[in-house]
Amino acid sequence: MSEKALKGQYVKIHKIVLQPSERAGSVPEDTGKVPLEMWLNGFLADNEAGIGEEVTIKTVIGRTVKGKLVDCDPKYEHSFGKPIPQLLEIGPKVRKFIAGGDYNG
Amino acid sequence: MDNAYNAVMGRRTQIMKKAVGIDYDKYEIEGIAFDYEKMMSEVGYDLDQLRQIQSETAVGNTPLVELRQINKLIRRISAPGKGARIFLKDEAANPSGSFKDRRASVSVYEAAKKGYKGVIAATSGNYGAAVASQAAKRGLKCIIVQETFDSRGIGQPEIIEKARACEAYGAEVVQLSVGPELFYYFLVLLEETGYFNASLYTPFGIAGVETLGFELNEQMIEITGRSPDYVVVTHAGGGNLTGTARGLLKAGATDTKIVAASVDLSGLHMASDTDFNKKSFTTGHTGFGIPFATFPDRSDVPRNAARALRYMDRYLLVSQGETFYVTELLAQVEGMQRGPAGNTSLTAAITLARELDDDQTIVVQETEYTGAGKCPSAQLTFAKENGIIVRTGNPAENKPGEEIVIPEHPDQLHYTEMDLGRIRKSYVKQAVKSQGRTTFSEAELRFISEDTNLKKEEILNVIEELK
Repeated sequence: MSEKALKGQYVKIHKIVLQPSERAGSVPEDTGKVPLEMWLNGFLADNEAGIGEEVTIKTVIGRTVKGKLVDCDPKYEHSFGKPIPQLLEIGPKVRKFIAGGDYNG
Repeated sequence: MDNAYNAVMGRRTQIMKKAVGIDYDKYEIEGIAFDYEKMMSEVGYDLDQLRQIQSETAVGNTPLVELRQINKLIRRISAPGKGARIFLKDEAANPSGSFKDRRASVSVYEAAKKGYKGVIAATSGNYGAAVASQAAKRGLKCIIVQETFDSRGIGQPEIIEKARACEAYGAEVVQLSVGPELFYYFLVLLEETGYFNASLYTPFGIAGVETLGFELNEQMIEITGRSPDYVVVTHAGGGNLTGTARGLLKAGATDTKIVAASVDLSGLHMASDTDFNKKSFTTGHTGFGIPFATFPDRSDVPRNAARALRYMDRYLLVSQGETFYVTELLAQVEGMQRGPAGNTSLTAAITLARELDDDQTIVVQETEYTGAGKCPSAQLTFAKENGIIVRTGNPAENKPGEEIVIPEHPDQLHYTEMDLGRIRKSYVKQAVKSQGRTTFSEAELRFISEDTNLKKEEILNVIEELK
């Protein structure tokens, strides 16, 4: 994460949509204690900004939205996860079983 | 414009009307009752039109494959003479990787036809990618609003993957923290942009699935010479089941039984910040399946075109651990890496097949694409990081939000049958609650009867118990 974002750079902003006191009355207790938050990616419309500053972005479809700069060049962090031993054993056992062998033999 | 929560919610009806271009008032009868079939026929399209619309954007005509290896496995664990053949409709072959393209294709076509500049959909699932993909094909702008993160800022990997897919198709993705006020923000965006509400629950979205039911029946007749005995449908909001069942009826498959299947997530609250990341399935589960069956009009349009209880013959629940097992099975012995959420119906179908005769047939009517964030290893790694125990054992010991138990042997796969009578009664209770009264007109009772498949006397008995 770079310290400064420049105009036109792809960034992520964050803003509070509803404070806890503004939330719907019907939400569960735990949800009602925290704000409703929003994250959005877009191109920085300001000349230069640092993390934590209020900025304006232009989204990929051209909407202008204000919020706090939280990330520059945001990347997808999700992955395929780690090997799961409980799943890895299924394939060999089932193949043997379909071929006529014992499942746990 | 006053964008405070109550002010926006107060403008809900007018925002909605402008954003879907349907005058729902035309179909109102009185109170809880409306003319469902009139709405479907006037607003929707017939099958030929639907197929034409979908062929323009490469949707549908997906392969139907017999699961030969899984069927061999089923015969091995079934009594002699038992073990129905399972066929799988490979909906992952649609442009964005799921049957949701069928729903999105008609909504986006409608939006383009009516001159909207863009479409918005509130969805954390495959539907977002489908709307984004179809919008790309028809040259419309697209915003997808997702419930993604808990208050720690930790996102469901499956939902983050959907965000990636939506962005890959050129959509703007608005990510929110947990809470039903997503609907409020959705309204704010509809009002600001003037875009079309590509809701999952308009007649367009449901009619788009009718081609799936029609197509699978044609394919089964071609392969086996007759309609399937059972079609198993992963059930959440009810659109998949409603559209498929309507398509089967239009194809003349009136004897085919429609079986809903959901992952059992009982005990986890869908709007709870702390429960949000304790679930390993973000759709196809009871958290949507039961509320939408018992109160369809809870959706983001005035009248929901998905009305599952009209068409549902049985409702089977399976566990997360069993569905992960079957997802692995499908990859390992059929060479098809799909799901996992779409495999909920396959999981239920395996147990169902063991109970049926070996000359009977079952169609599992969907698959979905898989990838980073939404494959079993990603979801189980995330579960472990969130304090969930993952182990092998008897899947009956699964505890949503605490333990995911992967079966030790395929004969441990089972389902829990929901008492549909109870669900139908629950619909009546919800009707009493939402209307705030225990007296209903003849027209309303007739509507409730059509919507629940209960007789008038049965409805009156439930109401009497509530008094």
